[in-house]
Amino acid sequence: MAAEMGGAEILIQALVDLGVEVVFGYPGGAVLPIYDALFRHNELAGNEGRRIRHILVRHEQAATHAAEGYARSTGKPGVVLVTSGPGATNAVTGITDALMDSIPMVVITGQVPTGLIGTDAFQEADTVGITRHCSKHNYLVKDPANLAEVVREAFHIATTGRPGPVVVDIPKNVQVATAPYSEPGPIRHKTYRPQTEPDPALIEQVVDMLAAAERPVFYTGGGIINAGPAASAALREMVALTGAPVTSTLMGLGALPASSPHWLGMLGMHGTYEANHAMNQADLVIAVGARFDDRVTGRLDAFSPTSRKVHIDIDRSSINKTVRIDLAVVADAGRALDAMVAAWKQRGHPRPDLGDWNARIAGWRAKQCLGFPEDSATEIMPQRAVRALHDATAHRQPIITTEVGQHQMWAAQHIGFEEPNKWLTSGGLGTMGYGLPAAIGAQLGNPDALVIDVAGEASIQMNIQELATAVQYRLPVKVFILNNEYMGMVRQWQELTYQSRYAESYSDSLPDFVALAEAYGWKGIRIETRDQLYDGIAAMIEHDGPVLVDCRVSKLANCLPMIPSGAAHTEMILWANEVSGEMTDEARALV
Amino acid sequence: MQIAPEAAEQHTLAVLVDNEPGILARIAGLFTARGYNIESLTVSEITQDKAVSRITIVTSASPSVMEQIIAQLDRLVPVHKVVDLTTQGDHVERELAMVKVAGTGDHRIEALRLAEVYRARVIDATTGSFVFEVTGGRGKIDKFIELMGELGLVEVARTGIVAIARGREAV
Repeated sequence: MAAEMGGAEILIQALVDLGVEVVFGYPGGAVLPIYDALFRHNELAGNEGRRIRHILVRHEQAATHAAEGYARSTGKPGVVLVTSGPGATNAVTGITDALMDSIPMVVITGQVPTGLIGTDAFQEADTVGITRHCSKHNYLVKDPANLAEVVREAFHIATTGRPGPVVVDIPKNVQVATAPYSEPGPIRHKTYRPQTEPDPALIEQVVDMLAAAERPVFYTGGGIINAGPAASAALREMVALTGAPVTSTLMGLGALPASSPHWLGMLGMHGTYEANHAMNQADLVIAVGARFDDRVTGRLDAFSPTSRKVHIDIDRSSINKTVRIDLAVVADAGRALDAMVAAWKQRGHPRPDLGDWNARIAGWRAKQCLGFPEDSATEIMPQRAVRALHDATAHRQPIITTEVGQHQMWAAQHIGFEEPNKWLTSGGLGTMGYGLPAAIGAQLGNPDALVIDVAGEASIQMNIQELATAVQYRLPVKVFILNNEYMGMVRQWQELTYQSRYAESYSDSLPDFVALAEAYGWKGIRIETRDQLYDGIAAMIEHDGPVLVDCRVSKLANCLPMIPSGAAHTEMILWANEVSGEMTDEARALV
Repeated sequence: MQIAPEAAEQHTLAVLVDNEPGILARIAGLFTARGYNIESLTVSEITQDKAVSRITIVTSASPSVMEQIIAQLDRLVPVHKVVDLTTQGDHVERELAMVKVAGTGDHRIEALRLAEVYRARVIDATTGSFVFEVTGGRGKIDKFIELMGELGLVEVARTGIVAIARGREAV
């Protein structure tokens, strides 16, 4: 019989055995036993590898985004520890964000003692009830004897299949009560068995369709990033074998190098002209780890009307959700791509002649859809700022995080990603305030990397308190604010849809960001004119501590190209003078 | 602008789930969160060790939404199996209702006579009331309740549909 341990010690031991190195959290009444167990564990562990590093954030939402940034950039699950009630409810946004973007995350929440559950006790919230539909799974642990097993199961569920957030709610008396520690063993779950291996017969059909296609397109998504770097390597091999062009969702950037001649750029609402036209004219679309979301498809009845569609996804519920699929393969993206490479070779398919198709794509590329007007000699266009940032940092292969809005789309359009796990953004939920904490998490997981949060002056204020976290842990993250004094994407939609009635989209009463940065112990740099741009960015990179750059950009620039809501891929707005300011009610009702 | 309703057809699903706390909220919440209908939902433990529950759901949806409902249910961690009884072959459905009727004289006699026709049993009687127990498909029970409406219907309790496939195979 193993010696009895308190629930809190059991939790810490289980985390250690799972190889957890970093926990993002914030203490409070209902997790005090866990914090004490963590403190004592680290004291005993000394400088050994079994220490768990706790990162004290300044708001629980930031803990979840930091865990997401850590997870997305390292491939390891992010771990969050917060208290009951407000600790848990503050974490809900990040939990939902991780669910939408399939980020592996385990969130441990304190709960009031079991005897007080349901009595409206101090800092009580129904955490499992609140998170039931915004987590992949959740648990309320009522017996310390089950705790280690539940924690291991939570990690298993968070990291396998379609990854996602799992919440483990632990009442305070369960943290104190004792039980024997069950040693880790193989996990055999009663019901949860994600299908990872593709059906070989289906894979053969896919490669035969690909060999016969005249106008194929790979449409790749975050599933390839989640499947690990080997999946991106398999995609690259598949593209080398077939010569087929590739477009990707926002979440999938970096799976194929942006420098590849087969790269079409991102597709969808702010995707490239060539990517959207290729999707529209394709005769075969092979979707891998992507989910046909509304930002990608545009008007559904006009989405890729002439193609047969193959969908490879680990989540069966993603298949046929919005777009009818001709051939569905439920599998891990990497395993499926590996199998496709093998099947292609084994069946002896030659590299198809896609000359006509490539010529048409070249015609679309010639539109230079990411071009932008640059009329003033001094004013900085935001696209210019992003390109300058890319040019100055590309050799360091930086990890880029973003907030949400115009700057996010400009970053997606103008920064070329050569590798996976370098691009961290809130895609599905579109959470302003994601970028700074995500950058902190990414920097912790990648101490030597250059990590830059491309931000907007509005979004950055949603989690600005995390400037302190970066200072406390000496994290040299960079924040590059494209400051146009507007919630730019809101203003852009108001121009498109509401005849430029700018209801509440002006960022009034902005702080002096440079002074604010310095108040927190950061270096602050202001860039106001184009001649300061390259020097300012160079100064940002050279400084070995955290730097915030307030880059003043053109106030009314719009993020183009754009497919207006309710429009088809072929109805892109390329230039600002195509904006009418009027829309039908049907289009207005769309998000 | 009008919001157009979608054409829907009725399906009966059998969902085998791990009998853990919150499972019913998980299932019911999935339906509300994704905008699916629940017309009837019943749940009970079905194994001796009480480890597995069977949930019978009657829902209406278009074929593509139906496919989503099944995939979304199947994705929930504690779900063992989801079977669409409507599409997978013949099945039988039953529901039990308790129907309280109060009245005197002719109404009382007529209620008893109709109960006999519908094979409803009297499970409680006072000088002024009956409680009938009636079992059958939804249509039969609806009809019985409708008839009792004219004869002093006071209260109805229904279990909702349970269903099982015909033949020797288990789901």
